[in-house]
Amino acid sequence: MADIDALAQRLRAELGAEQVVTDRQELRTYECDGLAHYKVIPALVVLPHTATQVATVVRACSEAGVPFVARGSGTGLSGGALPHAEGVLIVTAQMRRIVEIAAADERAVVEPGVINLQVTKAATPYGYYYAPDPSSQQICSIGGNVAENSGGAHCLKYGFTTNHVTGLQIVTPSGDLVRLGGRALDPPGYDLIGAFVGSEGTLGIATEVTVRLTRLPESVRTLLAAFPSIDQAGAATSAIIAAGVVPAAIEMMDALAIEAAEAAVACDYPPGAAAVLIVELDGPTAEVEAQFDQVTALCRDSGAFEIRIAADDAERALFWKGRKSAFAAVGRISPDYIVQDGVIPRTALPEVLRRITEVASDHGVRVANVFHAGDGNLHPLVLFDARVPGEAERAETVSGAIIDLCIEYGGSITGEHGVGMDKAKYMPRMFTDDDLDTMQLVRCAFDPASLSNPGKVFPTPRLCGERPGGKIAERFPGVEVY
Amino acid sequence: MGALDELTRPAGDDDHVGGVPARLVASPASTEEAAAVVAASKGLAVVVRGGGTKIHWGVQPRALDLIIDTRRLAGMVEHAAGDLITVLKAGTSLGDLKLGDQQLAIDAPAGATVGGTVATGASGPRRLHYGTARDLLIGITVVRPDGKVAKSGGKVVKNVAGYDLGKIYTGSYGTLGLITECVFRLHPRPGASAYVRSTAPVQAVPAILAARVAPTAIEVDTATGELAVLLEGTPEGVRERSALVGKLLAGEVSEKAPRWWARYPWAGDEIGMKLSVPLSKVPALISSGSAVRGSAATGVLYAAARDITEVERLRAHCVRSGGHAVVLTAPSSIRDILDMWGPVPGLALMRQIKDRFDPEHRFAPGRFVGGI
Repeated sequence: MADIDALAQRLRAELGAEQVVTDRQELRTYECDGLAHYKVIPALVVLPHTATQVATVVRACSEAGVPFVARGSGTGLSGGALPHAEGVLIVTAQMRRIVEIAAADERAVVEPGVINLQVTKAATPYGYYYAPDPSSQQICSIGGNVAENSGGAHCLKYGFTTNHVTGLQIVTPSGDLVRLGGRALDPPGYDLIGAFVGSEGTLGIATEVTVRLTRLPESVRTLLAAFPSIDQAGAATSAIIAAGVVPAAIEMMDALAIEAAEAAVACDYPPGAAAVLIVELDGPTAEVEAQFDQVTALCRDSGAFEIRIAADDAERALFWKGRKSAFAAVGRISPDYIVQDGVIPRTALPEVLRRITEVASDHGVRVANVFHAGDGNLHPLVLFDARVPGEAERAETVSGAIIDLCIEYGGSITGEHGVGMDKAKYMPRMFTDDDLDTMQLVRCAFDPASLSNPGKVFPTPRLCGERPGGKIAERFPGVEVY
Repeated sequence: MGALDELTRPAGDDDHVGGVPARLVASPASTEEAAAVVAASKGLAVVVRGGGTKIHWGVQPRALDLIIDTRRLAGMVEHAAGDLITVLKAGTSLGDLKLGDQQLAIDAPAGATVGGTVATGASGPRRLHYGTARDLLIGITVVRPDGKVAKSGGKVVKNVAGYDLGKIYTGSYGTLGLITECVFRLHPRPGASAYVRSTAPVQAVPAILAARVAPTAIEVDTATGELAVLLEGTPEGVRERSALVGKLLAGEVSEKAPRWWARYPWAGDEIGMKLSVPLSKVPALISSGSAVRGSAATGVLYAAARDITEVERLRAHCVRSGGHAVVLTAPSSIRDILDMWGPVPGLALMRQIKDRFDPEHRFAPGRFVGGI
């Protein structure tokens, strides 16, 4: 650990002692992110206050050949911010300044530690909001959202983080501060912002983010429909999409998830429902009213036995409260659980859910289902009790089988939580060696020494090799090729 | 070269790019054939061509041996209507798509292919509402310059597994290899649509946005002095919303788009520019003295510049406003003395990417930013 001691000394001198954490007890508080069963104590934690300080830390790491991992609020669910035992954890939580709400440009410029919901709160007085809304939006940071390309309940209509970032300031893995894009769209050259957003901290660290602000809709209508079976709720979802409606959100919960939510937040969903759908429409009043009637009729035709329509914001909040608290609520009905995140084509929903039920009962495991039905993003919660021998293993098996199903049906191993540490092993199931090697070309372009969040996303570390060159000059003699 | 002979034909008079003639043309009909062509073309300078509507965009290639024509690599592989996605081969003409009551919401000139539109990152009026190819593309298959086939993304809209290579390839001007297949998210075709045509000043745009009518497009054209708004939705919704916008702009509601709608404002042999500025800077750009046309509510506009002096003036104006200006096309006579791309932040990283993907710099050599 001689490297680390020297690094700590250098960073104390350059940043100030209070921004460098070396105390073992204190380091331990950073040992995991939202996926708490992976734990690694970092060798060093640094708490920069500015982009320049982040660059200083990364440059020092780069020069010492020490790996580094960025962490925002630490709410990630794939172990993306899991520290490196011999590396530096760079925590951006101190960088929480909203630099500007530029309403006239429909942009907000924020530091990476700013909390997602704070952007919306700051923009609302101007008639705008920040559209990506992960369930953790009250605590997750924009920097983390950029790393993970976070989605949320409303991305069916509004897209993901990648559709809402127009500018970035990043620190490259060699410690250079680079600006990409800005308030204007379509900057010339390769879409480096598109490459960076969702790269899970492997291409560098975002130190400032320019995001789109979205006009608050004129009208929002929300309904809660209760169904006697999951198939009927699935049929209603398909019918809504087939009718050409693009709802802001369609969310589904099954009986077990409803039971958990009731126990936790008393959301008072219709009793006896095998599944509930929350459907939200937003937009111009003239459009929303017409389509809302249509959606209500489609739910009824598909077999909904009760439909509640939110009369005001308070009731809408109550509908959403059950859904948004579902993950945590499961703690009320089970001592332990795994939150899974997979995607299937929306039309395969009823079939895949049946097969999940089969797999679960084969292994004697309970699975509560919560998902973004509109875009086929499943969040099965696999319940277990770690104190009972064998249960954790069985839950792990069922959780893995669910991912297998997502792959089998042509979906994805992750819709919004990211690959991180947790799912790197599944990447070869979705992608060929050539696919992964091609992604690695991007990685090597940004981070030839593989110091930025190593061991995440990709199953096996690949070496970047020598930077190619030479040939180009031979091919075009006397020409300036760059 | 034996294999290459079987896979190519000699180039004809029309087989040139920005005035640089090719020697050979290949027309693969599948990803596998395309990979074979690329693998067999080692050492050759290659430019990929689709419908050719934008083939002269970008700097003329530094060298050119082989044109890979994608028009036989065409057709719809899949349209999963219930999942709102389609899988298209790169040479498919966007205008020929048959998607029933769904649409791929990308504006493209007649004859433009999927691959060419993605490779140039071209967009049109409806980007205000639907975004651009980069936002609608959810999966991509490419042949790398070394002949290897690679995919990223997939067939589901929500997917964060691995790097999004589609983003890197969108707008890469063929410099990273050949795009052979694209997966797109679709949108329902709206039940009704209407244009509001007016001569209101562009300063009226914030009022349209504040009215929260969710316009699909807001286009300005200084040559005609028009400001036009496209509204889409249900018949009753469109009626109400277009009436409101009509009142705001003192304009007329029309079923038909203005003649200039979704057309670039330059003729064949003129200097065509793409300008981009932050939204609040659009009025200043409009009144800067140049004829411009484009998306007033996204800040992405187009201009036909008279000469290099006007290119430089527009570029300086856009850059000062926090935006940028690129020359998409220009007469061959002035290309040598024209900086087509202008300043490019992040160029060092872009060069690293090019070097990794195409170490010999043989795909579209010199056409892109910084001589990439």
